[in-house]
Amino acid sequence: MDLDKNKPGTASSRRRYVTTRRLDRIFVELANVYRFNARFFKEVWLPPYEFKEIIRQCYEIGVRSLPLISLTGFIIGIVFTNQSRPSLADFGATSLLPALISVAIIRAIGPLVTALIAAGRVGSAIGAELGSMRVTEQIDAMEVSATNPFKFLVVSRVLATTLMIPALTMFTTLVSLLGGYLNVHQNELTSLSVFFYQVFDAITFLDIIASSVKSVIFGYTIGMVGCYKGYNSSKGTEGVGKAANSSVVTAMFLIFIEELLIMQVINTIRAF
Amino acid sequence: MEAKEINPNIDRNEKVISIRGLKKAFDDFEVLKGVDLDLFKGENLVVLGRSGTGKSVLIKIISGLLQADEGSVNVLGREVGALKPRELDALRLKIGFSFQNSALYDSMTVRENLEFPLIRHAKHMTEAEREDTIQYVLEAVGLLQAINQMPSELSGGQRKRIGIARTLILKPDIMLYDEPTAGLDPITCIEINSLINEVQEKFNTSSIIITHDLTCARAVGDRIVMLLDGQFQREGTFDEVFESNDERVQSFYNYNFID
Repeated sequence: MDLDKNKPGTASSRRRYVTTRRLDRIFVELANVYRFNARFFKEVWLPPYEFKEIIRQCYEIGVRSLPLISLTGFIIGIVFTNQSRPSLADFGATSLLPALISVAIIRAIGPLVTALIAAGRVGSAIGAELGSMRVTEQIDAMEVSATNPFKFLVVSRVLATTLMIPALTMFTTLVSLLGGYLNVHQNELTSLSVFFYQVFDAITFLDIIASSVKSVIFGYTIGMVGCYKGYNSSKGTEGVGKAANSSVVTAMFLIFIEELLIMQVINTIRAF
Repeated sequence: MEAKEINPNIDRNEKVISIRGLKKAFDDFEVLKGVDLDLFKGENLVVLGRSGTGKSVLIKIISGLLQADEGSVNVLGREVGALKPRELDALRLKIGFSFQNSALYDSMTVRENLEFPLIRHAKHMTEAEREDTIQYVLEAVGLLQAINQMPSELSGGQRKRIGIARTLILKPDIMLYDEPTAGLDPITCIEINSLINEVQEKFNTSSIIITHDLTCARAVGDRIVMLLDGQFQREGTFDEVFESNDERVQSFYNYNFID
């Protein structure tokens, strides 16, 4: 038995030490994330309620995102319709385009695209703003003036994203369908009423509920990730950049995972 | 540079802050190694020391932003470490904390910055009363004209003044100043020093001023303590503190006042 390999300072013990430290850090981070989420669910019910700040954040997150979301949604509707037509035309089934667009946009593309755009625009803004407030001691200043910074900054922003992302999703879906309609109307001369009759005929109530639930979860994720990264940022201005960047990357990653899981759950429910 | 005349209204029988055996470490680095300190009512106490010696850590522990590892911190008769969150908030309303970089809320105007604590902690006030209070503290710091400006439009000295005004708005008993003259030009430093003394007179506050600026220390301190190696090594008036052969004290003095 080679006793030397267990001695501190040897290559193997150093590797073990590094691995243990990494595992420690992962578990500590997970515990912190859990505590942060638990604190949100505790504080969201307790007074005082920061209604003014929640409304301000809803405006910032919802209304200010409308131009970007509208343009993206509209273009996606047109592009998706245009790209789907040749495949359906091969089978002489272009009359099914409204149904295809409806299922794809309402079930998946609408919520997903809205969430990804919001993660980029809103998530990074929240991460950078709170990160900058942390490093310039503005969060400490709130705390020493006996104001709960978690309630004012985190609860208001997470509530705003949770409320506004579903609203934005509905809007994106509508605008995408409108883009799809214009393309279909131009090529197949389908009327608006026929198009929307086929759109709603192709989906079920479960699709709308699933889409809404998904966008609520996406909204919560975007707000929570941005706030967590920003609120806990450190290391000065470098930390602010990292908070903004990792807010976007982490939120997008989680959104894809959630999409996958929710899709499985909905398909299981649909099978019954 | 004139030394400050000691405030005659200091009540040596009433301690507003009393610290005993305070220890604080970050990982393996022990910053405070058993600090004892008293702040008397009406007194301006200057804590001198080099950067990284734990001066800011000391006032962050006093205001409950950091937890002490050991020792007792008694503020206005309450043991800070033993307070529940609600009790700590009540105590914090009696403490004003002026941050090194002012820590003004970037997204709010000067008026909104000053309104922020009033809306939450002076709910009995009408809108007119709030406006009067804001104007009173802005006049006290000489910046009434900046009421509608954003923090980004203010100079470093103006930001410091507004930061002090925001802490004064709830009429605290104790003021904690973290490096009030750091990063300011000499003329603005003199103005800030005068403001600290005016606040002491007008608002009858007791203050701890954290600094490494000896000009500031001499201009505002009724008493000065020097933090060296995690403990207070020297205490007294400015001249008493620097009447020492200790090389660490002398080098600090020489660095600030090179002939």
